[in-house]
Amino acid sequence: MGPGVSRSEKRKIIAGLLFISPWVAGFIFLTLYPLVSSAYLSLTDYSVLADPVFIGLDNYKHLATDQLFWQSLWNTFYFAVLSIPINLITAIFLAVLLNFDLTGKKIFRTIYFLPSLVPMVCMGVLWQWMLNGQVGLINQVLWPICDALNWMTGTNLAPPNWLANPAYAKAGLVLASMWGVGNAVVIFLAGLQDVPRTLYEAAGLDGCSFWQKTVHVTLPVISPVIYFNGIMSLIGSFQVFAVPYVMTNGGEGPGRSLLFSATYIFNKGFESWSMGYACAVALILFVIVLGLTLLATYLSERHVYYAAK
Amino acid sequence: MISKNAKLIQRACIYVLLILGALVFVAPFAWMVSTSLKPLNETMSLPPRWLPTEIQWDNYPQAVDEMKLFWRYTANTLYLCVMTVVGSVVSSSLAAYGFSRIQWPGRDKVFVLVLATMMIPFPVIMVPLYTLFREIGWIGSYKPLWVPSFFAGAFNVFLLRQFFLTLPKDLEEAARIDGASELQIFWRVILPLAKPALIVVALFQFMATWNDFLGPLIYLTDQSDFTLALGLQAYQSKGGGTDWHYLMAASTLVVLPVVVLFFFTQRYFVEGIATTGGKG
Repeated sequence: MGPGVSRSEKRKIIAGLLFISPWVAGFIFLTLYPLVSSAYLSLTDYSVLADPVFIGLDNYKHLATDQLFWQSLWNTFYFAVLSIPINLITAIFLAVLLNFDLTGKKIFRTIYFLPSLVPMVCMGVLWQWMLNGQVGLINQVLWPICDALNWMTGTNLAPPNWLANPAYAKAGLVLASMWGVGNAVVIFLAGLQDVPRTLYEAAGLDGCSFWQKTVHVTLPVISPVIYFNGIMSLIGSFQVFAVPYVMTNGGEGPGRSLLFSATYIFNKGFESWSMGYACAVALILFVIVLGLTLLATYLSERHVYYAAK
Repeated sequence: MISKNAKLIQRACIYVLLILGALVFVAPFAWMVSTSLKPLNETMSLPPRWLPTEIQWDNYPQAVDEMKLFWRYTANTLYLCVMTVVGSVVSSSLAAYGFSRIQWPGRDKVFVLVLATMMIPFPVIMVPLYTLFREIGWIGSYKPLWVPSFFAGAFNVFLLRQFFLTLPKDLEEAARIDGASELQIFWRVILPLAKPALIVVALFQFMATWNDFLGPLIYLTDQSDFTLALGLQAYQSKGGGTDWHYLMAASTLVVLPVVVLFFFTQRYFVEGIATTGGKG
């Protein structure tokens, strides 16, 4: 602080810093230190019981040829690419429906929202049961559909045993994640309620159909909300852990199809106690999430419409 | 112009879609409760039945028994909920005040940093956090699970800051002229007005602690210290998923408090979540 800073100015800086000090301390000890320490530990051989031994880039060299690592990364991307668009579209669709002036709207909103409150562990237990190959509710619904199709076309379709089949396990997880889409629905609904009515009226006078209004008015106006929800589900899907972990009784799914990056970090760090190695995986996950977030932000700056506030 | 008939048809279509959707969203809950009230053999019956031939209320006390320490887990979870709610409300309201009601140079740049920390997934930093807490001998205790909440989590700071910014400036000017300190203004002027926002933060934190699984999984070592979420998972993986009636009863018991809490506080929830999406 130079001599140009007045006394009251100084007092404000000190007061401000004092008020935010809990956050500053948390940032230093619970975010910055772990990040830096993670970067250092990733260059060591560390098993908690003994001090970390510096081994340079060995962990990363090992990662390059570690099939499980690549599989966990692939699974994580696969899940993200599948679940993010599906969940966003579902959420927007439901929010648009809920935005109509209807009686009973609040009841519907509550119904759609409630599943997002279900604790992850319950979600995992419940969906393990829902996706049960023989008596699960999902297949109970699918059996008659398959039967009808088989009868009409002579095919031999049968619903899959979701969590026992590597080709379907991730789709099962996506179904479970769709059930928890209510949080995003409420956020979209709030965004939709901010769309100025005059815009719709103007579009109506121009003879726009409902579909045209949605594409040319609603979506552009709520694009910041789409961006926000997109980023949130991006970050969420890259740390998916609890639901697949519980669904598989703490395993990795058939053919390791539910081995995600967070699962792999957990397994390496807390099952085989290769903490240096786990940190290397964690750091790569961090760089990926950071990169994708920046990319999404860059893209959004060109496509997101911000109303003058 | 759309004719009256077309409008009526449109409304009917929307209702049909909403009702179908609602059925899909309710079905897993209904299936969970229905399974929880069946005798074991009926959980596996084909075709499945929605209603058990005889409602087995007894599954609930049985499930509690099967989980062994159910009430202990509940008490542990509530303890952590109380600690983290207190911690996050106190610390994040202080920080949010510093980020909204006091004008200091560089404030908004630092706030961008706050937002940026929200992008760091927990799995990325959990190994060094574990080693940090291990150094100070906290592993196996509750401290790693509640102490961090006293360090103003970014999400809560963001929520409260959004709210504090909407309060008019002249509120504290009068108090300031009367010679009140910042802490007095914070405590006597701002906090009483911010009650709804504080309730939102408390609710979100309660839910987050109730739901947390990965934290307890890595930090807790003694089964008698487990939270409900961890205890439920321990019970489920021990049985390998066979006693579905008990598992569903136990899950229902873990979900129920959250649902009840939601029904009493719905307004705060909906407003709070809307705020997270940039409204406010």
